[in-house]
Amino acid sequence: MKKFLASLLLGLGLAIGGGAAIAQTTTETPPAATAPAAAMPAADAPAAAAPAAAEEAPKETVDKGDVAWMMVSTILVLLMVVPGLALFYGGLVRSKNMLSVLMQVMVVFSLIGVLWAIYGYSLAFGGEGLIIGNLDKLFLMGVTADSLAATFTPGVMIPEYIFIAFQCTFAGITCALIVGSFAERIKFGSVLLFCALWFTFSYLPIAHMVWGAGGYLFDKGALDFAGGTVVHINAGMAGLVGAYVLGKRIGYGKEALTPHSLTLTMVGASLLWVGWFGFNAGSNLEANGGAGLAFINTLFATAAAVLAWCIGEALSKGKASMLGAASGAVAGLVAITPACGTVGPMGSIIIGLVAGFLCLWGVNGLKKMLGADDSLDVFGVHGVGGIVGALLTGVFSAGTLGGVKGDDYSIGSQLVIQAEGVLITVVWSAVVAFICYKIVDMVMGLRVSEEAEREGLDITSHGETAYHR
Amino acid sequence: MVSAVIKPFKLDEVREALSGVGVQGITVTEVKGFGRQKGHTELYRGAEYVVDFLPKVKIEAAVADELVERVIEAIEGAARTGKIGDGKIFVSPLEQVVRIRTGETGNEAI
Repeated sequence: MKKFLASLLLGLGLAIGGGAAIAQTTTETPPAATAPAAAMPAADAPAAAAPAAAEEAPKETVDKGDVAWMMVSTILVLLMVVPGLALFYGGLVRSKNMLSVLMQVMVVFSLIGVLWAIYGYSLAFGGEGLIIGNLDKLFLMGVTADSLAATFTPGVMIPEYIFIAFQCTFAGITCALIVGSFAERIKFGSVLLFCALWFTFSYLPIAHMVWGAGGYLFDKGALDFAGGTVVHINAGMAGLVGAYVLGKRIGYGKEALTPHSLTLTMVGASLLWVGWFGFNAGSNLEANGGAGLAFINTLFATAAAVLAWCIGEALSKGKASMLGAASGAVAGLVAITPACGTVGPMGSIIIGLVAGFLCLWGVNGLKKMLGADDSLDVFGVHGVGGIVGALLTGVFSAGTLGGVKGDDYSIGSQLVIQAEGVLITVVWSAVVAFICYKIVDMVMGLRVSEEAEREGLDITSHGETAYHR
Repeated sequence: MVSAVIKPFKLDEVREALSGVGVQGITVTEVKGFGRQKGHTELYRGAEYVVDFLPKVKIEAAVADELVERVIEAIEGAARTGKIGDGKIFVSPLEQVVRIRTGETGNEAI
């Protein structure tokens, strides 16, 4: 009964909204100088709707190289999710739960994709609100193939559809990341409902605050190039809270809950590394030197983090492991995400090294301290890595340390701003996540039954087996 | 019925030794077990697991009573390395043997 009501409400909401949009699609032809949607800092760029101001604003141009690059970047981020993240996570669970992880990643991403199209984009990048955007572009009303979105260079534009698609993959992957913490014990429907809610009340506001015009953290000058706070700290906190709320897996601490395929985990981690170039360098929105900087930082930081994790493991446990190397790569990628556009290559190496060591601690010492069963270490890697990266961004963006900032840059004051961003994200995400979990619990419950958990989610939730013996 | 649990890499040697004494058919299963040989520790991020079980191979051969001693010697000789974990041989009485294709029983079925 509860499930029926929930789906009825959802269906009604969609129907009403869809009807309204279709009734209004006959709006005017492509707006000329509007679409100030992107995370553009330039105050002199055409923010006003009045086309008469075209004389003062630089002429809008679209470079095919930029467009092609952004299309490729979007595809690369999609690759990061399917099958990158799916395999990375999937290999880490027991074989009886492999398909459930693959499903959750793929379907969550798809769900968020649709929600992004309907209202996500509008709320994240529309308007100039302090915390959230507006619903001007609900159902992407007014956006056409000729609509343009700004880049960081005044006058240089990309098709708005591409920007929407690119940002869509970010929203999708953020929610998909969370499933790692409550893997092997959550109900499939509950994952979907939770992600839909959390996306709406945590991802969208934080994305707007950090990247949207008028956003609180954006206006303060917080540096988060590709989403250290928006994606990683955000997801990490939601994951950690989920691990607490759902409780430990049956047998945790007693039975062997070993990864069933570290081979696939490595494949997944490799796809993540490859795809991340789209995530980081694509966040530059143009194919130019800035993208080149983000690109090279993504290469070096990750390599350094792999080494750091391996060294750390060799020193503390005696052996460097494949899972460690794969995790190190991801930790480095997470940490360089907020920094890639503003730090120099040497700074990125240091960030990678620090992230490698600290995240190693995050999944060992810190994990024991926190006492939650964060199955796939979403907080240990993404949460810790995101926090490390966000703070070190403030340090290594300084020109004196190889970064792009100038003489008027103060590491100290930037660190305060970065810390504020981290704090807001940590608290907001955690509180919203907690509320969302509780709502889902009331509507449909969170955990599968004990028998289902023992038998495996593949068979009980999806009626399938991944591997036939 | 002679069954033996041996180290996996010894399978080929034992098989040849058995052919040498006239055993024409065996059944082999992959098993895991432990005796005095210790297992190993696996480490996945922060989670450490002690794995007691080691992979072994179990051979079963139905042999005529007269052949049992020589079969035991053959297996022992081929499977021995001198280190802990070499395995064990078990001999148990076989009540009945039937060849499915022809219906032969007893010693003709072996």
